[in-house]
Amino acid sequence: MTELRDLYQAVILDHNNNPRNYGKLTLANRHAEGVNPLCGDQVNVFFRLGDDVSVKEVGFEGRGCAICMASASIMTETVKHLSVVQADQYVTAFCSLAVGENSDFTGRLDLSTLNILAGVKAYPARIKCATLAWHTARSALSKGGASVTTET
Amino acid sequence: MNIPRASTQGALSPLDVEAVRRDFPALHQQVNDRPLVYLDSGASSQKPEQVIEALNNYERHDHSNVHRGVHTLSQRATEAYEASRTKVQQFINARSVKEVVFTRGTTEAINLVAQSYGRAKLQSDDEILITEMEHHANIVPWQLLCEQTGAKLKVVPFDDTGVLEMSRLKDQLTEKTRIVAVTHVSNALGTVNPVGQIIQLAHDAGAVVLVDGAQAIPHGPVDVTALECDFYAFSGHKVYGPTGIGVLYGRESLLEDMPPWQGGGDMIKTVSFDETTYNDLPYKFEAGTPHIAGAIGLGAAVDYVTALGSDCIAAHEHQLINYATERANAEKDMHIFGQAPVKAGILSFALDGIHPHDIGTILDQEGVAIRTGHHCAMPVMTHYGVSATARASFGPYNTIDDIDVLFRAMDKVREMFRQ
Repeated sequence: MTELRDLYQAVILDHNNNPRNYGKLTLANRHAEGVNPLCGDQVNVFFRLGDDVSVKEVGFEGRGCAICMASASIMTETVKHLSVVQADQYVTAFCSLAVGENSDFTGRLDLSTLNILAGVKAYPARIKCATLAWHTARSALSKGGASVTTET
Repeated sequence: MNIPRASTQGALSPLDVEAVRRDFPALHQQVNDRPLVYLDSGASSQKPEQVIEALNNYERHDHSNVHRGVHTLSQRATEAYEASRTKVQQFINARSVKEVVFTRGTTEAINLVAQSYGRAKLQSDDEILITEMEHHANIVPWQLLCEQTGAKLKVVPFDDTGVLEMSRLKDQLTEKTRIVAVTHVSNALGTVNPVGQIIQLAHDAGAVVLVDGAQAIPHGPVDVTALECDFYAFSGHKVYGPTGIGVLYGRESLLEDMPPWQGGGDMIKTVSFDETTYNDLPYKFEAGTPHIAGAIGLGAAVDYVTALGSDCIAAHEHQLINYATERANAEKDMHIFGQAPVKAGILSFALDGIHPHDIGTILDQEGVAIRTGHHCAMPVMTHYGVSATARASFGPYNTIDDIDVLFRAMDKVREMFRQ
């Protein structure tokens, strides 16, 4: 159970129970949907970008496991007020962290909050739960909002 | 399928479960430092030594191509392959081995019927009737057929207890209905459908019936002749046999009349560039070198189930599902999806406020293997407004103790989430 507690830390359970920035943004100008067809997890991510191409507002809604929901919640807190370029760097850094690897941005960004989710690397079947919202955010920000699937 | 009613706690199993367990080597291992409790037979069952040995023996000594060679190994392979067909024929009580087509599994068997029978027989405005509780394998092939022919798909709903609404089925069966495709046992709910009655109603309306037997075959006796069904499909790997092998039973007169689905070797009599004549049943539907080892393994699995007795397996699993249901009903935060009066050994459930994937991961740490997700039955999930459920499914090697371990592990799930 000790190892499991690394995965299900109190902070993660708190984000799951009280997700931050939850809900559709009425003034969103970027949006993407992400699904994991194998398990039915689904997230919608919304952004309102300002004229300076930074994230003014972010929101998400969807359904999934505690890891998926907590990760989506943490993602929204992470990228709020960042430029699109910085946000994308965090997506890269997080997706590396989730599989226990370093990325080009690992030493340069503050990943202390994201490290809460690092325990997922011990559960290969659950890594996609953690990364779904991040891939979806990247799609919304940089790929014109194409739908994201964990199975390609 | 006739499932005897049995009392639950303290009842003596009709099986010598300890002896059964000794036959299944995969059960005897530690997972995450706990003894494995395998409650995912509905997704894929484990294999007994007898099946593993048959596969091993074939690969080591008898492998060659079937129906081709004059040499000894080819004859041995052919004999073993065809002996398996006979075993399957007797197991499901088909009238003839011509009615037993080997496929890759249930999915391929259903696609075969949709593409061969369906494309030849259906026209625009014909109707195909399925149910709301079907596995995707018994939905999507018919949707493809509808796109190809202009036929329309009609869906019979089930009520909140997971029982098919027979009055709606009767209403939806019309002179336009050409095919009724229904699951014998729901993989997501455990419901045993009254397929005998459905077949009679469908025949009265002039429709043919395909029964998806993937979940039914491992859980009790099936007699396709008594059922009078037209097509019956099942998979080897859910009945203690290998993956990649399955069976399509088809009524001989229907199969005879159907065009081949795939072309290639083995399914022809003569080939020239002007004309090709097709082989006799069942080879007309077995193009290319088949999964010989798989068929032989399935034959061994059929022998194994026959020796245990399908009735005994059904009665044993009935005790397990009754016990598991009683325990689940005693938990205030637990909800069962599928409370039909007649169920196979499948318990689909949710815990308040905890997603099934999280349950699955925590149970795995306790050595308990269950399935979580939509079970390839997304319309069932939609019916209940959920995206996933947790599912424990039972086989002849499971015990009351296994269920107790499951419920103890569920306490760990609560502990993890409700601090």
